[in-house]
Amino acid sequence: MSTTTAGRVTTTQPKRKKISDRAKAERRLGWLLCAPAVIVMLLVAGYPILNAFVLSLQRADLRFPDANKFIGFDNYGTVLSSSLWWQDVFHTLIITGISVAIELVLGMLLALVMHRAIFGRGAVRTSILIPYGIVTVVAAFSWRYAWSLDSGWIPGLLGINTDPLTQTGWSYVAVIITEVWKTTPFMALLLLAGLALVPDELHEAAKVDGASAWQRFWRITVPLIKPAILVALLFRTLDAFRIFDSVFILTAGQNNTETVSILGYNQLLNRLNLGLGSTVSVLIFVMVVIIAFIFVKGFGTSLAQQRGET
Amino acid sequence: MPSTGREKATWGVINVVVILAALIPVLWIISLSFKDPSTIADGNFFPSKWSTENYSGIFQTSEFTDALRNSIGIALITTVIAVTVACMAAYAIARLNFPGKVLILTAALAVAMFPPISIVGPLFNIWREVGLYDTWPGLIIPYLSFSLPLAIYTLSAFFREIPWELEQAAQVDGATPFQAFRKVIVPLAAPGVFTTAILVFIFAWNDFLFAISLTSTNAARTVPAALSAFPGESQFTQPIGSVAAAAVIVTVPIIIMVLIFQRRIVAGLTAGAVKG
Repeated sequence: MSTTTAGRVTTTQPKRKKISDRAKAERRLGWLLCAPAVIVMLLVAGYPILNAFVLSLQRADLRFPDANKFIGFDNYGTVLSSSLWWQDVFHTLIITGISVAIELVLGMLLALVMHRAIFGRGAVRTSILIPYGIVTVVAAFSWRYAWSLDSGWIPGLLGINTDPLTQTGWSYVAVIITEVWKTTPFMALLLLAGLALVPDELHEAAKVDGASAWQRFWRITVPLIKPAILVALLFRTLDAFRIFDSVFILTAGQNNTETVSILGYNQLLNRLNLGLGSTVSVLIFVMVVIIAFIFVKGFGTSLAQQRGET
Repeated sequence: MPSTGREKATWGVINVVVILAALIPVLWIISLSFKDPSTIADGNFFPSKWSTENYSGIFQTSEFTDALRNSIGIALITTVIAVTVACMAAYAIARLNFPGKVLILTAALAVAMFPPISIVGPLFNIWREVGLYDTWPGLIIPYLSFSLPLAIYTLSAFFREIPWELEQAAQVDGATPFQAFRKVIVPLAAPGVFTTAILVFIFAWNDFLFAISLTSTNAARTVPAALSAFPGESQFTQPIGSVAAAAVIVTVPIIIMVLIFQRRIVAGLTAGAVKG
């Protein structure tokens, strides 16, 4: 905070000087104040991703350090032609798609409940913050023990006699429920913030004109909170695509639930193959960029609109 | 809006369903943690035989206590540094005019969307060479860079709402610049700073990927990583009781924090994303 104080002094003092000097000082101060944040982000996100790219062009296996060699794009050929990579991409996309779709519907319902409830609004909002705050690993353990045949209450409830977490279908159900339970609150809160911006008069006017609640939702609410929906979808899709913690705890990638992040982790830290592991990392990065690009391009206008508003 | 008894009942049911859905996994892990080791695998939702043995168990070895110490230390240091650095940047972004502002915000957004797995390998490699592997700074540094975007967005959204003219008004009334800052701006900025601190703390407290990739011993392993590595009684039994007890201990502070500061958390979460 002391730096900020000093900063105030330097910007207010040179008022009597020429305006260009003042602008120059302000400019310098702005850069100075942002420098630490930019440096940390560049050093720890920028440099390693370049490093990952360099490593991905090499045969780099920590178990055989003498065999290190520059091999161009061979690693990419290896990964992209392996069925394992594409299977894992498929698993990840399934988990991402289904979770985000369910979260959007549930999140919207929750947001409407919190927006419209006659009472208990506070209690609902408090209770849904608990899944948000809880450590993902803890939530995953809770669900894993709940699903597990020897300790859990879910198999008995559903009448399942084999361990659900050893079967592909149930494993997906468990992973998706864990993900949805943990992150729907975030989606709901973003949508609720959007709902708060919809003027009540519009609803009243439509009501007077005889529009049903369903019509009012689709014709008034949805178009007006579209920016909030898109931001929430973008954040959650990117977040779900890099899912790691809950899959690691629930199934460790068994029963065809291995996601791309788990694949990268296994290559890097279990097999210590930095070359192939980095290739997977770079490819995940590229896919995230593509997803973000599709969102921004596809819905660019409404995102820009929203920026303009604020 | 007049509300009839029937409407009230409907809302009551909806509220109860939502609250139960949010709480069941938490109640379940609490119930597991209080089950006597002999009944831990009975599959009942509520303990048939209560005991605190699981809790005394995890405090007998240093496995959990060390991890708890690491988690608290690393999350607190990350929070203090991230909030300080982000305050400076957010102040500049909210109040000053300088070229490159948009670039910085775009870079922050890019880092926020960045998949952590993409830099785990290089960090693992570099950290071992420079001696940061399995140390506190080795985790604090990546946590900083991944929490800064969130912190900068949230704080600059808050800072933009502050009526900065009040500062000048105070100076006109005879306050020194420092007094004006301390008595007028700090109280106005405090809620935003505090909210950001809570969000950063929750982020650092929650991380698992960096924690299992960049640590190997009790020197820096945090609770989430330690939970996944808890040893069972034997190779063939799962450490259910110990995991549940440890999980409850790391969850309780977060739940208390959420209950006390819920309004601020909601404001912070939505400020960064919707107004950014």
